[in-house]
Amino acid sequence: MERKTVFEGKLLPCLLVAPQLLVTILFFFWPAGQAVWFAFLRQDAFGIRTSFVGLENFQDLFADPLYLETLRNTLVFAAGVSLIALTVALLLAVMADRQIRGAGLYRILLVWPYAIAPAVAAVLWIFLFHPQIGLLGRALNEAGLPFDYKLNGTQAMLVVILAAAWKQVSYNFIFFLAGLQSIPKSVLEAAAIDGARPAYRFWTVTFPLLSPTTFFLLVVNLVYAFFETFGVIDALTKGGPARATETLIYRAYIDGRVNLDLGMSSAQSVVLMLVVILLTAVQFRFIERRVHY
Amino acid sequence: MATLDLAGIRKSFGPVEVLHGVDLAVRDGEMIVIVGASGCGKSTLLRIVAGLERPSGGRVVIGGRDVTALEPAERDIAMVFQNYALYPHMTVAQNMGYGLRIRGLPRAEIARRVGEAAALLGIEALLDRRPRQLSGGQRQRVAMGRAIVREPKLFLFDEPLSNLDAKLRVQMRAEIRRLQKRLGVTSLFVTHDQVEAMTLGDRLVVMHQGHAAQVATPMEVFERPADTYVAGFIGSPAMNVLAGRLAEGGRAVALAAGPVIRFADGPRPGAEGEPLTIGIRPEHLRPDPAGLPLALELVEPLGSETVLHGRLPGGEALVVKLAGAAPREGVLPIALPPEALHVFQAGSGKRLDPAPPA
Ligand SMILES: Nc1ncnc2c1ncn2[C@@H]1O[C@H](COP(=O)(O)OP(=O)(O)O)[C@@H](O)[C@H]1O
Ligand SMILES: [Mg+2]
Repeated sequence: MERKTVFEGKLLPCLLVAPQLLVTILFFFWPAGQAVWFAFLRQDAFGIRTSFVGLENFQDLFADPLYLETLRNTLVFAAGVSLIALTVALLLAVMADRQIRGAGLYRILLVWPYAIAPAVAAVLWIFLFHPQIGLLGRALNEAGLPFDYKLNGTQAMLVVILAAAWKQVSYNFIFFLAGLQSIPKSVLEAAAIDGARPAYRFWTVTFPLLSPTTFFLLVVNLVYAFFETFGVIDALTKGGPARATETLIYRAYIDGRVNLDLGMSSAQSVVLMLVVILLTAVQFRFIERRVHY
Repeated sequence: MATLDLAGIRKSFGPVEVLHGVDLAVRDGEMIVIVGASGCGKSTLLRIVAGLERPSGGRVVIGGRDVTALEPAERDIAMVFQNYALYPHMTVAQNMGYGLRIRGLPRAEIARRVGEAAALLGIEALLDRRPRQLSGGQRQRVAMGRAIVREPKLFLFDEPLSNLDAKLRVQMRAEIRRLQKRLGVTSLFVTHDQVEAMTLGDRLVVMHQGHAAQVATPMEVFERPADTYVAGFIGSPAMNVLAGRLAEGGRAVALAAGPVIRFADGPRPGAEGEPLTIGIRPEHLRPDPAGLPLALELVEPLGSETVLHGRLPGGEALVVKLAGAAPREGVLPIALPPEALHVFQAGSGKRLDPAPPA
């Protein structure tokens, strides 16, 4: 039985939740509200006059070919990160699930990346990919394959996708492993007796039974790729070369902090907020309806 | 349909050997029940036949073909699991047709065979449902159906009835027996329930700590148990065991409780005074004014019969099953009919039969 503690009166409960509420309001609702408000304002070049411009910031935003370019980058980036992070994690989880006895060390090693700060992680990737000092970068160049992610946009995109995906693999791995272990062994044995080879068994039994986990992780990975990869991009490419790795979140930062265009930056933040609300809504809808095997 | 031969099957998990060399020859179409206490290695043996475990020693031969090294998929067998192990994300029809789809049968043929099996089991109305929408008994039928449609060489059942309630269990038991007879598929059925074993099996394999203690028909196991373990395991209430010694040159037993009883079926080989274990079933005991005084401790009236628990002079426990009513307390003189005695060696527990006439 669950026990509920009941407080007398209203003051004490209010006091107890107050710190939490205060933090949320101060650091989330207040700036978010401000961003929404700024999205409808425009400042002159010297920041002296501010005027209300309605939806003009949004119109400008979607009329800007560079913004659409950024949108395209973001989609490629998010799709790449999610696909790689999910596939690699699933592969590792399947391998760990087979040999769960020796999985202790294996699991710790796999969970490490998640605990590393984005900037530190990025330094690791620089040591790997830098055309002159990077292990892999130098090897590629010496092998006659011109590699410089600081000049080549496609290569830059590849590097940030890899770096961002690498950090997310751990998280996905934990969930996939838990998902795999919750599949009754006898169901897979029944499939084996029915004549299914391991690969067929995976695609017709294991993978469908993992689909709730996969969908959940897909949304989490998209949200991660959209909103939590600022650090990786900033440390590795700063959105370059020639904006090739500039994603929505990075551009919002550039416009706000560097170009000091608060109106445009805020409009972008609002667009991002809508995306996150949409993804979260999809997630909740799905979890509510999700089939419990 | 096929024969099944197990030769010297051993299995170790790490340093622990759980099967110590099991031999078994199953005839075509026969229903063999493997029965024994929990943990004696029944499931392990079945899983070795299925190919889900590799034996540490011995051979599995199905229909004359050595399948010891083959994967489960290559053995052409079907198995019904205790928890049914249905595919949760597939409908009943898809569950049943999964094995046929793997074999690449045409869609129409799969539908026809699934339909036939469903009709046989009375689950036609459930074909579009998913396992979680079914009751325990219905899942059981689907699991049976999945085994039947493949028309395998061998059926394997691992305690398929133990998750059902008592009434359904009796019903499904009869149904499985009928189905197996009708389809004529060689079957291995694992259970820890002696009633299930006695009613289902053409022959029983009574397992004890990784050995096959006895392989025989149910009546043979009941009437001539191979050792004291089998004697105690089959029959309810369990057979009484009394200590005694060989006497009168092998023609009688001197019971620790007092009397000397002459064997009805002939003298036993062995030295005078050799320790014996005498078994006698509770239902073979009867009150007799000239019998041994049994001090009653507990009387269980069951309606048509009464089970009496008591102690003999010397302190040995004895259980008596009588038809009809009986005294509730006091001392009841009990006769041990010589023709109902089972004689075992005290050390090994093995059955000791009369020496053949020279
Ligand atoms: N995979 C395994 N690893 C280690 N020990 C096992 C394994 N499977 C079964 N055993 C052991 O083998 C013995 C027999 O098990 P099992 O065949 O399941 O018994 P039963 O089905 O007769 O209850 C038990 O002592 C059990 O603990
Ligand atoms: Mg078992």
